[in-house]
Amino acid sequence: MATKGTVSGVIANMVTLVVDGPVSQNEICYIHTGGDRLMAEVIKVVGSNVYVQVFESTRGLKVGAEAEFTGHMLEVTLGPGMLSHNYDGLQNDLDKMEGVFLKRGQYTYPLDKARKWHFIPLAKPGDKVKASAWLGQVEENSQPLKIMAPFLLRGTYVVKSVAAEGDYSIEDTIAVLAREDGSDEVKVNMIQKWPVKKAMTNYREKPRPFKLLETGVRVIDTVNPIVEGGTGFIPGPFGTGKTVLQHAISKQAEADIVIIAACGERANEVVEIFTEFPELVDPHTGRKLMERTIIIANTSNMPVAAREASVYTAMTIAEYYRSMGLKVLLMADSTSRWAQALREMSNRMEELPGPDAFPMDLSSIISNFYGRAGYVVLDNGATGSITFIGTVSPAGGNLKEPVTENTKKVARCFYALEQERADRKRYPAVNPIDSYSKYIEYPEFIEYISRHINSGWLDKVNEIKTRLQRGKEIAEQINILGDDGVPVDYHVVFWKSELIDFVVLQQDAFDEVDAVTPMERQEDILNMVIDVCHTEFKFDNFVEVMDYFKKMINICKQMNYSEYKSDKYRQYKEELDSLIAERKVG
Amino acid sequence: MAAKAFQKIYTRINQITKATCALKATGVGYDELATVDGKLAQVVKIVGDEVTLQVFEGTEGIPTNAEVVFLGKAPTLKVGEQLSGRFFNALGEPIDGGPEIEGKEVEIGGPSVNPVRRKQPSELIATGIAGIDLNNTLVSGQKIPFFADPDQPFNQVMANVALRAQTDKIILGAMGMTNDDYLYFKNVFSNAGALNRIVSFINTTENPPVERLLVPDMALTAAEYFAVEKNEKVLVLLTDMTSYADALAIVSNRMDQIPSKDSMPGSLYSDLAKIYEKAVQFPAGGSITIIAVTTLSGGDITHAVPDNTGYITEGQLFLRRDSDIGKVIIDPFRSLSRLKQLVIGKKTRKDHPQVMNAAVRLYADAANAKTKLENGFDLTDYDERTLAFAKDYAGRLLAIDVNLDTTEMLDVAWQLFGKYFRPEEVNIRKEFVDQYWPKA
Repeated sequence: MATKGTVSGVIANMVTLVVDGPVSQNEICYIHTGGDRLMAEVIKVVGSNVYVQVFESTRGLKVGAEAEFTGHMLEVTLGPGMLSHNYDGLQNDLDKMEGVFLKRGQYTYPLDKARKWHFIPLAKPGDKVKASAWLGQVEENSQPLKIMAPFLLRGTYVVKSVAAEGDYSIEDTIAVLAREDGSDEVKVNMIQKWPVKKAMTNYREKPRPFKLLETGVRVIDTVNPIVEGGTGFIPGPFGTGKTVLQHAISKQAEADIVIIAACGERANEVVEIFTEFPELVDPHTGRKLMERTIIIANTSNMPVAAREASVYTAMTIAEYYRSMGLKVLLMADSTSRWAQALREMSNRMEELPGPDAFPMDLSSIISNFYGRAGYVVLDNGATGSITFIGTVSPAGGNLKEPVTENTKKVARCFYALEQERADRKRYPAVNPIDSYSKYIEYPEFIEYISRHINSGWLDKVNEIKTRLQRGKEIAEQINILGDDGVPVDYHVVFWKSELIDFVVLQQDAFDEVDAVTPMERQEDILNMVIDVCHTEFKFDNFVEVMDYFKKMINICKQMNYSEYKSDKYRQYKEELDSLIAERKVG
Repeated sequence: MAAKAFQKIYTRINQITKATCALKATGVGYDELATVDGKLAQVVKIVGDEVTLQVFEGTEGIPTNAEVVFLGKAPTLKVGEQLSGRFFNALGEPIDGGPEIEGKEVEIGGPSVNPVRRKQPSELIATGIAGIDLNNTLVSGQKIPFFADPDQPFNQVMANVALRAQTDKIILGAMGMTNDDYLYFKNVFSNAGALNRIVSFINTTENPPVERLLVPDMALTAAEYFAVEKNEKVLVLLTDMTSYADALAIVSNRMDQIPSKDSMPGSLYSDLAKIYEKAVQFPAGGSITIIAVTTLSGGDITHAVPDNTGYITEGQLFLRRDSDIGKVIIDPFRSLSRLKQLVIGKKTRKDHPQVMNAAVRLYADAANAKTKLENGFDLTDYDERTLAFAKDYAGRLLAIDVNLDTTEMLDVAWQLFGKYFRPEEVNIRKEFVDQYWPKA
């Protein structure tokens, strides 16, 4: 008999129930009110009083309303047919919902039961398998998806039979497994279920990540690279371009699957993805971007509790694809909204607050979540990865707030968006000096880069970083001492750093050409800029320096706007060479 | 709202604070309305048989034996064409002496639009003000606030924008507005002959503060009626949202909630987002655009209200008094319209994005030159030119009294570039320079 409960109190979306049987922490229940079924999750138990957070509006809910418990935690349903879909934070298919407005208590199935998939068996009778073993394969949007042994399987099973190649729906049995002694026969179809708050650990090992994940964004790839299976975060005050940068990464990154969790953010930003991605082409495969994308939309006006669930839903879906050996990129915008959802609930439960009224365990919640990303070696030796990039919206733009600080402890790449750069329209407004990528220090990464790009690459990257910092110091000195107060050489060093800023760091996300820079071109740009930096020029006064470098920056920017290696591009290159020749010493 | 015969009347209030009262009652729904001593109240907390009510008018004079009647419904508004041209209070009752509205009764604060049913906003809203149209173009379905100190002329600018914008309806939601400003709006709208397409929900400083919590939902419920049922383009003006947030803080304080930053409730972000996210482009053609006002204290945008607002809205418009020209301008540095990318260079001339960025960059250089000047350093020739440009740019484009169309604005910008700079100093794509650079 399922446990039942009766509503005994309501404060916004926190409801207390008196229950008649056992319940477990995080168990899901449905509360009946006025013909609607409201989904809720257990967050605290005190004797027979159970506190639940309701994923919907509680308007009109009365004391005495009945609730039924489901016996399971919040879980997602996994299987072929999720790509290019738009889900809410609880994995309801938004497109299947009726009407323009969201209706309370409307839950839709995330998969398509009628659709047939062309199944190709990978396992054969007699094979010994464990949970998550690959039994067969179907294709969705030209992505090979594995059909796996149930994630919840314990111990070793033997494949008794596998369906022959052919078309099946997700509920058809495609394999039968049993224990070696023939007991406990398990019929396997294409559907898996997994509780979202539990990390999937169905892999052999999780080595340090080392492969560059190309994003086409120069300030990331060249300056502070992220890797397959890496973690990064983008904090920034509003208006500094978090979302534009996130969208650029999700459009251009070299990943098999991109999952975007729009968590407590603007609905129009999600609409932008819905509208543009079906049209835009993946620069790596030539297919439509939407084909590799899944959107989890829990926008800021949707119920707060589901906002918390949405990041977990997204992560679990990412883990599902990773166990098939795919390269997954997961973006969450923004993790601060998720933390705020935790705060609202903690507040209603009258827990003693931590810093800024956030719950005390915020730090461990964030680190556990980031810990679920990573590069893994699966049991069969194949590899898969989840690269996770989250944005953080620090209150008042102050990075000394709990969400930023706790994220900084766990994320390995830090892309600090800066108000001052944004004000000066230097986009992407990533502060080149404060930002970092820890991967640059990994010996595995250094080795990978010297094999795949060149062995001098990281030295050059370090050089531009040093030059940027030196440029900033000189700018400060000029501010104090005046243009005349410092030697002309200082102006040259300063303008060389401006050249790096304008040509390497700044990138126009709305320009067709400049928006994406492939690695080969990034290499060219870096070499070109470094060559200029290494060239000695002759100037009589600082005005000459300024005028000269402005001209040079202008030519380099025109190059960035031109198709790579086009006639125009070559023309600008020649122009640049002759400009350099004008003042070159020796 | 008189009690109906079958309704149960309670007469024992256990607890009274400045904004809430609590009593023992059963069969009460969350969010439900009630009257306490004839004053409208709403259920905000139910624990067992103890119900806490938020009394909109305030609890002054409520006795412990006051009559409490539960109305069995959430706050509602009667909607219909008759709303046009009318003035209401925060409870949706006429305050212009006109008749009660007859129409469909809808609950306010209704459900959200399914994000997949939204259309991407794509219609430019022209205001004639270059600080907006050129640098921070507005789009239908957008939500954007003015960030301004209380002494700045935000209500005047907003009234101007509202009247120049091509919309079918304007809904004014006034929260904690001074009576003088209320009369100002009334005058401007009736002088412009626009009264028949305006609906107003007014809570002035003379009305109880908690009542204003209803104003945005009232205004947006009316807006949804016109945008969904009549497919109209609706512009909603909400002024001032800081007063709204202050009312939220009062209520949460009375309910003993733990405050987060700046004494604001922890749920401030969600509370504000629920309002602003009503801005939408509907698939059938109707749209709701929200222009709001968030008053700042001493220009501080790190305060919880402007800070949370900035993360929710699609940009913000900053007013600032420019000492060079002695006029109020739309500050190009701190202002932003996130949706402008959807229309600039598409609905406007192709050079728009680059011209806009170049002008702001040069204006930033002028700000640096100014710092140099203030620190007593010699200026270069370039510095001098940026300063001269900045003055012209502020006077001819940024000032709020400008009224031009977008093409004229672009032409003015090119004229200024040509007057003060060389092409390589403006960093614009060569084909645009070739086409638009003023011939000597």
